[in-house]
Amino acid sequence: MEKKVSFNWLSTLQIGLLGGAVAILISLIGMVEEFSQRDIISGVITMGQTLIIIAILMAGYFAASRAAGAAKPMRPVSGALAGLVTSALLAGLVLIIPPLDLRSIFPNASPALIKILTFDQETVGLVYLLITGAVVGALGGLIDILPAQIRRSVVLALFWVGLLGLLQELIRVTLTNMPQVGAALKWMFGSRGLSIPGAIVVFIVIAGGNYLWAVRGGQAQERFRALPPAQRRATQWGSTLVAIAIVLYLPNVLGSYLSEVANQVGLFILMGLGLNIVVGFAGLLDLGYVAFYAVGAYAMGVLTTNAVGENAGQIVFGPQLSFWQTLPIAVGAAVLMGVILGIPVLKMRGDYLAIVTLGFGEIIRILALSDFLKPYIGGSQGIVEVGQGQVGAVTPLCLGFWPDKWWPCQEFAFSAPQTLYYMIFAGCLLALFISWRLRDSRPGRAWKALREDEDVAQAMGINLVATKLLAFATGAAFSGLSGAIFASKIGSIYPHSFNLLISINVLSLIIVGGMGSLPGVFVGALILVGLPELLREFSEYRLLMYGALLIVMMLTRPEGFWPEATHKREFHEEAAGAPPAATPESATTT
Amino acid sequence: MLRRFLERFTLTDLFMWLVGGSIILLVVVGSIATLRAGNYTARHWFDFIVFGIAQGSVYALIALGYTLVYGILRMINFAHSEVYMSGAFTGYFAANAMSKSGFLDQNPLVGLLAIFAVAMTTSVTVAVLLERIAYRPLRRAPRLVPLITAIGASFFLQYTFRGLYGSQNRAYPEVDVLEGSWSLGGEFIIQKIQVLVIVAAALFMFSLYMFVQHTRTGKAMRAVSEDKDVAALMGIDVDAIIVRTFILGASLAGAAGVLYALMFRQVNFFMGFIPGIKAFTAAVLGGIGNIPGAMLGGLFLGLFESVGPTLFLDGLGIPAPYQLKDVIAFTMLVLVLIYRPTGILGERLATTKA
Repeated sequence: MEKKVSFNWLSTLQIGLLGGAVAILISLIGMVEEFSQRDIISGVITMGQTLIIIAILMAGYFAASRAAGAAKPMRPVSGALAGLVTSALLAGLVLIIPPLDLRSIFPNASPALIKILTFDQETVGLVYLLITGAVVGALGGLIDILPAQIRRSVVLALFWVGLLGLLQELIRVTLTNMPQVGAALKWMFGSRGLSIPGAIVVFIVIAGGNYLWAVRGGQAQERFRALPPAQRRATQWGSTLVAIAIVLYLPNVLGSYLSEVANQVGLFILMGLGLNIVVGFAGLLDLGYVAFYAVGAYAMGVLTTNAVGENAGQIVFGPQLSFWQTLPIAVGAAVLMGVILGIPVLKMRGDYLAIVTLGFGEIIRILALSDFLKPYIGGSQGIVEVGQGQVGAVTPLCLGFWPDKWWPCQEFAFSAPQTLYYMIFAGCLLALFISWRLRDSRPGRAWKALREDEDVAQAMGINLVATKLLAFATGAAFSGLSGAIFASKIGSIYPHSFNLLISINVLSLIIVGGMGSLPGVFVGALILVGLPELLREFSEYRLLMYGALLIVMMLTRPEGFWPEATHKREFHEEAAGAPPAATPESATTT
Repeated sequence: MLRRFLERFTLTDLFMWLVGGSIILLVVVGSIATLRAGNYTARHWFDFIVFGIAQGSVYALIALGYTLVYGILRMINFAHSEVYMSGAFTGYFAANAMSKSGFLDQNPLVGLLAIFAVAMTTSVTVAVLLERIAYRPLRRAPRLVPLITAIGASFFLQYTFRGLYGSQNRAYPEVDVLEGSWSLGGEFIIQKIQVLVIVAAALFMFSLYMFVQHTRTGKAMRAVSEDKDVAALMGIDVDAIIVRTFILGASLAGAAGVLYALMFRQVNFFMGFIPGIKAFTAAVLGGIGNIPGAMLGGLFLGLFESVGPTLFLDGLGIPAPYQLKDVIAFTMLVLVLIYRPTGILGERLATTKA
């Protein structure tokens, strides 16, 4: 007998209520209003509305996939229902805000929010809201019906439309450096966000491209694998060189603002690579990582500042060294600090280690802030006039063989964001190279053994003390380098720059990228540092999103977006029997 | 004997001995110097001690939440400090509303109880949601995973409350009955609010102790903390007991939040962080997983932090020693974890669990 089409109303209702709760939350914490200032498609839809729509879409999608047992046409219906419930909750919020004077408690329950939620209409707007909810929920249900590959392409394309719309201001600014390209792409952008044709074209190109790649991409990969090894390696090296050339040319395109953002990302990549060794390779959860960053920055500050003296805002002792003399000292100081802070925690694991290192980070910050050390490191007023990296002109190159444009025949200072970019880039490359070579070396394998099981590792003859201290010291070195460059970049340092949030930031980025994965650090830094720097609205809710991201990642994808091969297998143990997929080369150079 | 000792003695041990020795030396020399200088009268010390006990009882209440959860789940509920913050912050709106209508000054007892009720309800709601959404799905995951989730939850909650209620400081209203102080004869004066905090905290802790020792749920909680699997075999619903543990810890944290806010008057979204770490320190100090230990650890830490900066550092000529009180607390945390990770009262916890 055919099973009767059972339809679980209760779970649909439940998901709708959940979606509504999420939508109300993002409205009340102010994200909707704040994000409404940015259009995604000019004049059609704003980022704020998009957030609500995403909530409804998700509700519809999940309601539909919960109703998987039901007949196909019932799924969009179930989605529509969930969407309706979600939007009904929002409508309820709109209705109770004025009579209960919710604004006195929730500052974001403002008239502006009501306006956004009701599409600028009065009571009729509520009807629109409900209709939108049902329609969008049904769309969510439709997405669930689509074949998996098409669904993936559609979601990806929607994501890119959103991203390009958000970044349109920056893209246009960047395009002014390249007038021809700018003129050719002018039709894509509206006054704010993408134009309607632009959005359609982006959607089609991305969705189509992704679909084609998924269908045909396998063949291309096959063909690549079929190449003789020499040719394959040549292709890999060639693409790496092209990538490096592009990255080297970038600051010329980016302009000073975007270069500044890139520098910020670079400093965090540097720190991320360091913490990746400590947390990702060796499995030692360090929450006080900012301490080493602070030590590097303070070493650079104290040793190079010109503000030495007895007056206010000056420190009593400072040898006024140059940047390049100080750089190795700063890194050395950070390494020393890494060892000093590492010794006491040698016997601790997991949670205790995390809390103690957090305590260390706070101790360093409070000491930097205190009056006690004020004469030496500036207290709350910090240190100003930190030296910058300068390179004297190389004489043989200045005899006239070289056009001035290529090698300026004067002192060259790493001061503008565009020039500093190269220094940070070099630092990142160095750190990347060291991590890459360390990963599969003897200490690297010892770290991994430590991460898996400390007792077994010790039984196998690994020297725990040396292995752990090496991890702390290497991590501290990268962080110290980052701190030293940071100090010279902004020219003045204050204790407030070195709070716990930096540690959390770095930790989040390596977790999002994938613990222990080198490309993951880059991906994580671009997402978690780059995006908030580019979009002011994001930076307002930065830590909120980090927190949510950490939870969601741990629940759904603990191995990160770009996982390291071993870690991936660990978290998905059903696939434990599979042979190791990626060789180290292919994991780093692609 | 000596030879065996020397064989096992390493450079890192030497380093740790030197660190420990120099800290003890510093404390002793500083204390003697401060006492000999005599800048502080008996009244000053008395004030420090009373303040320390009041603050310590708040730490103890929060520490109980850490200890209860750790005892059962073997995980540090990093977001517990935000559970505490959420109670204090929400209590503000109840207090403010009642103060504006004059209700709080007419019926102070009912009013205060209402504030506690609101705060504790919020804290419990937050904690239960936290457990359900963030912790329960990860019960069998590798150790680092729930810890990272907890850190994420902590920041998520902090900034959610910042988004909901705004980032500025909110000042708790004054309650007339709690203003002023009592004289204990001579120059010793004790503020009414400090008495309330100490008495209320003692009441809460006593009732928790009775609950855990003498009720069915308490017994089940102790069983689950001994061994989850065996407890389940004995017919105990482990998940339900875990939720109840979170509820207990959260209600104490909510109460602690109100007491803290009544004492210091200010609440903001970031207020949970420092007391959270200190309460954790207190829990570790007393032996994590151990209920009387958390109470004792809290009181001890409060006293230490209140008396310590002046006693140890003033005599050494360090300017503004009170700025370093957090350093003292954190140093204490580190020292306890290094030299006696089982805490004062804890003996159950072997290093493998630490």
